[in-house]
Amino acid sequence: MTKAAELAKMGEVLTNSQISGRRNIVINGAMQVAQRATSATGIGANNGVYPTLDRMKIVTLNSAGRLTMTQTADGPSGFANCLKFDCTTADTSVAAGEIFVLQTGFEGQDLQQIKKGTSDAEKVTVSFYVKGNANATYGVELEDGDNNRYNSQAFSVTTDWTRVTKTFAADTTGAFGDDNALSLSLNFWIHGGTTYSGGTHAENTWHTTANQRMVNSATSFFDSTNRTFFITGIQMEVGSVATPFEHRSFGEELAMCQRYFRKIIGECTVGAGVWYLANQPLGSMEFAPTRANPTMAVSSADALKCYGNNYARDGNDTSCFDLANAQGFARFNFTPGSNGTAGDGATFQITDTDEFITIDAEL
Amino acid sequence: MKVTSAKYKDENRNKNAIIDAVINGQALSVPLDPANRHYAAILEWAKIDGNTIEDAD
Repeated sequence: MTKAAELAKMGEVLTNSQISGRRNIVINGAMQVAQRATSATGIGANNGVYPTLDRMKIVTLNSAGRLTMTQTADGPSGFANCLKFDCTTADTSVAAGEIFVLQTGFEGQDLQQIKKGTSDAEKVTVSFYVKGNANATYGVELEDGDNNRYNSQAFSVTTDWTRVTKTFAADTTGAFGDDNALSLSLNFWIHGGTTYSGGTHAENTWHTTANQRMVNSATSFFDSTNRTFFITGIQMEVGSVATPFEHRSFGEELAMCQRYFRKIIGECTVGAGVWYLANQPLGSMEFAPTRANPTMAVSSADALKCYGNNYARDGNDTSCFDLANAQGFARFNFTPGSNGTAGDGATFQITDTDEFITIDAEL
Repeated sequence: MKVTSAKYKDENRNKNAIIDAVINGQALSVPLDPANRHYAAILEWAKIDGNTIEDAD
């Protein structure tokens, strides 16, 4: 083998193999984890929600368009699942301020290798697989929330699975904070009004102007109830090459997702403590550390029971916690439906197979 | 996020440690952490005239 052939072979191995370690910054890019639900309808009514797949956020304002969002058992070769949008209510009268974006966000402390805002800033390459019911043009965008800077590029959707790869220019302006706050969002624009499209868009150019964010000749997903959009295999990596998708185990992805959200569902004991007063049990619950102090919730006022010395008391309260921190501890503190006995030991149990506790520290 | 109500929970020595809120129709126990997105939404909601985080009982 000649030297040139050896080098070419080495380059091929480096490009196509998995020898370079953790590369994909996106969590749940293969759409494996859906703790909240596998299907949700009426999406578009609420902004800033995570209806189904973990880490996949809906950003929407002002549109009458609605869709169903599902984790669907479909994908290109090697992928068992994808995210599917299915338009259920069209919106063909698009007002200026309308927006619908699929977004996944990143903490600044996880992005320092991009060296954004320095003279050594790196390019970033985003890749993903998409298809739809018909040809369409949408936009993929990097949104630097720390410095209000944007860079977007158009991509095409056809009726067949296609891998899209887009390399984004390095940005020597505006560094990411080295903390747990949202610094960068990866946005998939599928609908928007002139507030975001009225200016002159330039592909792969960092800018600060809202009305240049949408790509040219963008399709509106809400132009017809026939519209569908499928996406999986989302990868974001440092550099100018889209390497093969980095498949991770379900357990790895779940653990990473649970830094942001966890759902504990079904009949199980979730903590222990003491009946501090006859009408006030206190107890501790432990979970994996979260990104920030998490929001706690129960699925209903009947989600919990508190056991004492040979008795059980219904929770009868939707406000069941009064402390919760990012180190992974929360305190039960609620008023049960009827009294126990002060001083008794207490254990806390989810009452039924469909009741649950959520721990939410999402971006 | 649509915040409907917000009220401090004041139990034992943990004065105002958490806010009981209804957001998007769901009852939530929200910690007073600026990095928590629900708390940030409550603070934005409270800036609007007529919206107040109620004191604890």
